[in-house]
Amino acid sequence: MIERIAELRAEAEAAIAGADSSAELEELRVRYLGRKAELPNVLRSIATLAPEQRGPTGKAANQARQSLEALIASRGSELSGGELERSLASDAVDVTLPGSPPQPVGRLHLLTATQREIEDVFLGLGFRIAEGPEVETVYYNFDALNHAPTHPARGRADTFYVADDVVLRTHTSPMQIRAMEAQPPPLYVIVPGRVYRPDSDATHTPQFHQIEGLAVDEDIALSDLKGTLLAFARAIFGPDREVRLRPHFFPFTEPSVEVDVSCFNCKRGHLRDGARCPVCKGTEWLEILGSGMVDPNVFGHVAEHGYDPERVQGFAFGMGIERIAMLKHAVPDLRLFYDNDVRFLEQFG
Amino acid sequence: MRVPLQWLAEYCAPELDARELATRLAMTGTEVDRIHHHGVGNLDAFVVGRVLATERHPDADRLTVCTVAIGEGVQTHIVCGAPNVAAGQTVAIARPGAIMPDGTKLKKAKLRGVASDGMILAEDELAISSDHDETIVLADDGLQAGQPLAGVLPIATEVLELEITPNRPDCLGVYGVAREVHAATGAQLARPPWEEDPGSFEGEVPVEVVVETELCPRFTARAFEDVTIGPSPAWLKARLTAAGQRPINNVVDITNYVMLLTAQPLHAFDLDRIAGAKLVVRRAGAGETVVTLDGQTRMLDPDVVLIADGDGPTSIAGVMGGTRSEVQPDTTRVLMEGASWDGPNIHATSLKLGVRSEASARFEKGLSPEATIEAQVVATQLMLALTGARLVPGTIDVAPKTTEPAQPLVIRLRDKRVGRLLGVNITRSASALHLQRLGFETAERPDGLDVTVPHWRRNDVTREADLIEEVARLHGMDDQLPATLPDRRGAVGVLTPQQRMRRRAVDALTAGGLLEIVGWSFDTPARDDRLRLPAGDERRRHVVIENPMSAGQSVLRTTLLGSLLDAAAHNAARGQGVPAIFECGAVYRATGDRLPHEHRAIGALVPGDVFAAKAHLEALLRTLRVQATFAGAPQPFLHPGRSAELHAGEDIVGWVGDVHPLVAGDWDLARVAAFEIDLDRVIAAAPLVARYEDLTSFPELREDIAVVVDAGVPATTVLETVRSAGGRLLARAEVFDVYRGEQIAAGRTSLAIALTFRAKNRTLTDADVAPVREKIVAKLALELGGELRG
Repeated sequence: MIERIAELRAEAEAAIAGADSSAELEELRVRYLGRKAELPNVLRSIATLAPEQRGPTGKAANQARQSLEALIASRGSELSGGELERSLASDAVDVTLPGSPPQPVGRLHLLTATQREIEDVFLGLGFRIAEGPEVETVYYNFDALNHAPTHPARGRADTFYVADDVVLRTHTSPMQIRAMEAQPPPLYVIVPGRVYRPDSDATHTPQFHQIEGLAVDEDIALSDLKGTLLAFARAIFGPDREVRLRPHFFPFTEPSVEVDVSCFNCKRGHLRDGARCPVCKGTEWLEILGSGMVDPNVFGHVAEHGYDPERVQGFAFGMGIERIAMLKHAVPDLRLFYDNDVRFLEQFG
Repeated sequence: MRVPLQWLAEYCAPELDARELATRLAMTGTEVDRIHHHGVGNLDAFVVGRVLATERHPDADRLTVCTVAIGEGVQTHIVCGAPNVAAGQTVAIARPGAIMPDGTKLKKAKLRGVASDGMILAEDELAISSDHDETIVLADDGLQAGQPLAGVLPIATEVLELEITPNRPDCLGVYGVAREVHAATGAQLARPPWEEDPGSFEGEVPVEVVVETELCPRFTARAFEDVTIGPSPAWLKARLTAAGQRPINNVVDITNYVMLLTAQPLHAFDLDRIAGAKLVVRRAGAGETVVTLDGQTRMLDPDVVLIADGDGPTSIAGVMGGTRSEVQPDTTRVLMEGASWDGPNIHATSLKLGVRSEASARFEKGLSPEATIEAQVVATQLMLALTGARLVPGTIDVAPKTTEPAQPLVIRLRDKRVGRLLGVNITRSASALHLQRLGFETAERPDGLDVTVPHWRRNDVTREADLIEEVARLHGMDDQLPATLPDRRGAVGVLTPQQRMRRRAVDALTAGGLLEIVGWSFDTPARDDRLRLPAGDERRRHVVIENPMSAGQSVLRTTLLGSLLDAAAHNAARGQGVPAIFECGAVYRATGDRLPHEHRAIGALVPGDVFAAKAHLEALLRTLRVQATFAGAPQPFLHPGRSAELHAGEDIVGWVGDVHPLVAGDWDLARVAAFEIDLDRVIAAAPLVARYEDLTSFPELREDIAVVVDAGVPATTVLETVRSAGGRLLARAEVFDVYRGEQIAAGRTSLAIALTFRAKNRTLTDADVAPVREKIVAKLALELGGELRG
C-alpha cells in the first residue's frame, strides 16, 4: 500500500510540474485529489487495514496529499501569474492618445488674474480690499482729493461727466476718502476697480483698471511707502528687483513720487546680444505707479472721522493693472484686453 | 518746455552732459520727456568763408559760381542760388560731410554740370530761423576764413524737453529752470537777468490805464519811441527757434524771448494804434467781439476779461492779443504790457474760447504780480539794445484797490516733522541749504527753521508738508531713503466673506471650462432695440454720459448680455466658433438719485440651449450653496418658451434661457444660451459658514417612481409636491429622466424621480417607507393629476 502511495505521489508530482495551464492543473487536482481519486480513497479506507498498517499508511497518504496540495498551489500561482501577464499584455493601449472625454479648461481674464495676484501680495502685507462706486461725485473724485478748481484733469477733455457734479471716476482714489470716512486709523486698504478717461490709442483705452493703496497711521513714513512697494515689486516682478522713487507732483499727495522698478528683462538696458532692451527701452527702469504721502488737505476733509492732519500721516499709491500685466506678460497693445479674442484669453489666467 | 542747453548755460552750467543732467533733473522732480539735438551735426564741416569772386553759372541764370576762401590760402568753388551773394562777403559755409539740421549729410555735388564743394548757408540751413531767401552775411569783425563757424553762430545745441508739473509755472522760463538745475546739482547760478534796470519809475507814459476788475492783480507798461521794426539778431533767433518759437520781428521776438526766459508773458502794442491813448481792463459785455491775432472773430461774455481802447476791445487778457493794435512793419512807438491775471479765470476763458496760447498756459497756473516788473526790466534792456528804441521815462503800474499787497509767507519747518514724515533724519543745515538754493530764505529757530517763500513759489508752497517735499526731493530718495515696512498695529489682511465667495463663483465657471471676458462698461441706446427691450423696461434707464467719445459709447450698460454677445460675435466672425464665455462686472441703472444703482453681475453665454447655460449656473449656485429655484418666465431677449427666472427667497436674482433667435441672428450667431445674475444678491443668499451635518446616520433607502403629469406642469412643481408629502423621512428627490411619446397619453409627460429616504436614528425598512410613498403618490394625484406609470 505504501509503495502504491509513493508511486501515485511520484506520478502526480511529475504531472503537476508538467502542467502548463490553470485548466490542466485543475484536471490533475481532480484526478489525484478529487473525490473519486485513488489517494483520498486510500485515506478513507484506512479503517479497513490491519491495525499495525493503519499508522504508517495513513501517515504516508497524508504526507502525499499535503505535498501534492502544496505543489498544486505553488504551480497554480506560477501559472496564473503568467496568464495575468499575458492578459495584461494583450490589453495594452497607446497611452499617448488624449484623455477621454476631454475636460474643458476655463481661464480667468488676464486682468482678473493680475488683479488677484496683486491683491494677494497686499493681503499678505496686511491690507484689506475695499470697493466703491464707478459713477462718482466730483466731491470724492476731485474736490476732497485737493484738485484745484482749474486742475486740467477736471476738464471735459479728461473726464467723462454724467452731470455737473457727477463723473465716471477717473481713478480709484475717491475710495481713499470713502474708506477713511468708514473707518478710523490705523487703515490699510487697497482698492481695485474700473476707471474711465476719454482717451483711445495703443496705450490708452477709455476704460481701464487701477489698484489704489492707502495706509494711514500715526507714524507711517515715506520710507514705509518705499519698503511696501519694494515688497510688491519683488513679489510681482522677481526677487532681484529694486525700486526707485522719483519726485513728482500729484494734487493729493505731498511729497509725491513716481515709482520705477528695475527692468526684469535686461542687464543695464541691454540684452545678452547687445541689443537695446525693448521692455525698458534701454532706460533700465520701468515706471509702474504714482504715489506719495497723503496731503494734509485730504485729511482735512475727513478730520472729524479721526484723521487730524497734525496727528496722522500715511501713504497712498495708484497703479494701472493693465500696465502691470502688459509689462509682465509682454502684451503690446492695450486694446487686446478688451477684444476678448479667445486666442488671447487662452494664453493667460 | 523746451530748454536749449546753450541758453541755460548762460545762467547755470553744471559739468554734466545732457543725459546726465536729464537724469539728475528726473531724480529731483523735473521730468525730461526727451533730449534732442537742435541744429547741425559734424561741426568741423562748418566754417567761416570769404567770397573772393562770383561769376554767372554758364547754364543757369539763377545760380552763381563762387570762388570761396575756406582757410589760409585754401580756395574752392561753391555753386549758390541766393540772389544776395557777392564778392567780398563773409559767409557761413558747410563743407562736404556736414550734417544738416534735417539729418541729411552734405556731399560734393554737380549743379547743372558745375562742381560745388559745399554750400553757402542761409539761416534755415542752420536752424536759426526758417528764412531761406538770402545767405547769411556775417559781420566782418576780425573773422578768419576757415575758422569754425560754431564759435561765431549758435548752430547746434542739445535741447531738453521738460514736462513741467502744473504747480511749477516758474519753471516755464529758462531762468527758473536754471534755478532748479542749481538746486539739483549745486552748480553756480548767475545773477537774475532783471537785476539791472535801464528803465525808470519816474515819468509820464503817454497812455492812461484803468483797471476795473480784481481779476487783474497788476498791470504794468512801458513806452518806447523811435523803434525800428526789423529782424532780430541771429543769436536771439537761434534761441527762439531752438525753444520752439518762430522768429517774427525784433519787437515780437523780444516779448517771446522774455517770456521764455522769465516765464512772464508780455504783449507789445503799437502805441499809435491805441485809440484814445487809453486802455481799460474790464470784463467783456455780453456779445462783445474781438478779432484776435490768428484772424478769428471771438465772441465774449462777462466772464472774459479784455483790454479795450477808445474803439472797443483790442485783446483778450492773458490769452491772445488783437489784430487792431498789433505791431506792424511801420510801427515806431511801442507800449510794452506786462500784467498778471487770475489763473482760474484765464483757464476758464481759454477752455471756453478753445484758445490755448503760450501766454494762457502760463497765466492759468498763476504767476506772481512781482514777475511783471522782472519781465519789463529784461524787455527794456533788449528794446534799447536791439530796436534802436528810446525809452520814455516812467512805468505804468496799476493794481486794483481790492488787491492786497502780498506779504511774504513764513512757514516753520520742524526738524522732528521732517524725520517723522520721511522716515529718515535730515540735518537742519542740509534742509536750509536745499531751500536756499531754491530761493527760499531761512532763519534758525529752536525746533527748526523759519522759511520765507519766494514770490514765484507762493501758490505752490503754503504748508510745512510742501517744504518737506522740497527738502526730500533734493536730499534724494535712493540710498538716502531706507526701505521699511509699516508697523501695522494689528491690521490684518483678509478677504471679506463676500469677496471670497465672489472669487469662488468665478472659479466655479472657469472650472466648468468657461473663458472669462472683460467687456466695455460703455453701451449705446441703439443696443436696447437690438435686445428687443420694450419701452419702459428698466434696462433702458441708462446712465448717460454728457461728453462721450462716440455715439457707440454714450451710456453705461444695464446688462452684461451685450458685452457677451459682442465677444461671441467677435470670435465667431474670426472662424473660432462660439466660445463658452462669462463676465463678472458692474452694471448701472439710473434711478433719479444723484448716483445710479450699481451692482456686480455675472453673466455667461454658451453654445447650445437653455440647459447648457443652466448647468453652469447650477454649478455656480451649488458651489456657493445657495438655495435658489427656477420658474419659467420670459425676457425680451430670450426664447419665450425656453427661459426662466432665478429666485432666491423673495427676490428675482437672475435669468437663464435660449437667446431669442432674432437677437442671436442680429449678432450673426446660431443657437446660443445665456444667463445673468445679480451676484451681490446671490451671495447675500449664500450661507456665510457651512454647518456640519451628521455623517454617521443609518443607511439610506432608495426608490424610484415614474409619474405622468400634464406636459405644462413644471418639474419643480412636481418635486415640491413630492417633498411636501415626503415629510422628514424623505432626504432627497431628484428628476433623472423625462419621457414624452407613444407609451403615454398625448399632452402628458412622464418624470422619473429618484427618492432617497433616511432617518437619523434607525435603519429604515420597506414598512417604514411604504406609507410615505403612498402619501406622495396620493398628493401627486390630488394636486397635479399625476398617475404612477408602469
